[in-house]
Amino acid sequence: MIQFDFSTIAFFVFAVLTLGGALGVVTNRNLFRGTIWLMVSLFGVAGLYVLLSAPFLAAVQVLVYIGAIAILFTFAVMLTRSLTRLNVRYTRLWPSALGAVLLFAMLVIGVIWPVFGGNELYNQPISDVVRTTTDLGVALVSGEGYVLPFEVASILLTGAMIGAIVIARDADEEEMEQ
Amino acid sequence: MVPLSWYLIVSAALFSIGVFGVLSRRNGVAVLMGIELMLNAVNINLVAFWRYNTTIASVTEPVPSELSGMVFAAFMFVVAAAEVAVGLAIIITVYRNWRSVIPEETDTLRG
Amino acid sequence: MTLQAFAPIGVLIIIALIIGVIILMISRVFGPHNPSFRKNAPYESGMKPIGPGTRRMPVKFYLVAVLFIIFDVEVIFFMPWAVAMRDLGVYGLIVMGVFTLILVVGFIYEWKKGALEWE
Repeated sequence: MIQFDFSTIAFFVFAVLTLGGALGVVTNRNLFRGTIWLMVSLFGVAGLYVLLSAPFLAAVQVLVYIGAIAILFTFAVMLTRSLTRLNVRYTRLWPSALGAVLLFAMLVIGVIWPVFGGNELYNQPISDVVRTTTDLGVALVSGEGYVLPFEVASILLTGAMIGAIVIARDADEEEMEQ
Repeated sequence: MVPLSWYLIVSAALFSIGVFGVLSRRNGVAVLMGIELMLNAVNINLVAFWRYNTTIASVTEPVPSELSGMVFAAFMFVVAAAEVAVGLAIIITVYRNWRSVIPEETDTLRG
Repeated sequence: MTLQAFAPIGVLIIIALIIGVIILMISRVFGPHNPSFRKNAPYESGMKPIGPGTRRMPVKFYLVAVLFIIFDVEVIFFMPWAVAMRDLGVYGLIVMGVFTLILVVGFIYEWKKGALEWE
């Protein structure tokens, strides 16, 4: 059945980090601490990428998610600071909790376990197929690969950059006039 | 090694926690954090399915479509970054105009 | 396999955790710890603070963070491309040139708009 070798233990450690961090994010009263929990959760996901032999994605997860997106969240929390310690954390607490638990149960009982649980085919990864970052680069740029999404991604990034500047900077100018 | 279903269960749990955060939290920034958790759950799924894909032929010369999981995950990073940049900018602007980060209270357009 | 290649990073994380815990424990165990109301005040034997201490920051900080995030994300595309550059040759250079050109449009916009100025 399942041998408790090193990678299994590492999987459990990273799974606990991911889910524990996520629970910290959704339950913490102080949003600043919630951001720290978000970093813990994202780090756990990076560890899962390593176990799935996608080390480049793990590095990008640490660089982009923890290094940039979590920092952006910290800034947003500080910019809207005076309301971060709200007395009422939740609206619709119990319906949402019930919905989330039902969703999880439905996913596990209805989809994951019947389709992938007993299937011997999915118990072992294809160990000799490990694609490298070089292959990723070729796939991103090559004509029969993903060159069109690759170029469209730059348009998306430019749009996001311009949009964020326009939206946030107008607020800044209004602030100065006051 | 860990079977595929364990990764899927972790991912489903992360997604459910994210759904709970999005539905229940009052603060707009916390809602966006829940969306980030959901995006990460999807990313775990993509990479796990790619890793356990039995249709990939173990040939020495890789075909671009064999890397679809990793490429998808890479684009997810870009979409997440763009979404967070614009989403947080909107929340900050809303905060400056309404003095509130609670989505329910910004109901000017309701009429 | 790949997991063994990550052993140094694991050792680094473990050592960092141990050092952090040891430092916190040492200062907790050996340092004197008797807080009083005056010691916990924001300015010890200074003026009394007026209003909340958490002022909002100017939105400029957020703008800088957004610009950083956009250029940080490009590592996802530049890194694999740079690793595979010799195999891709001139074609890869052209594709990456188009990619960079589109981003430079946004860069010029933010430069003209003055988002890079700090004042």
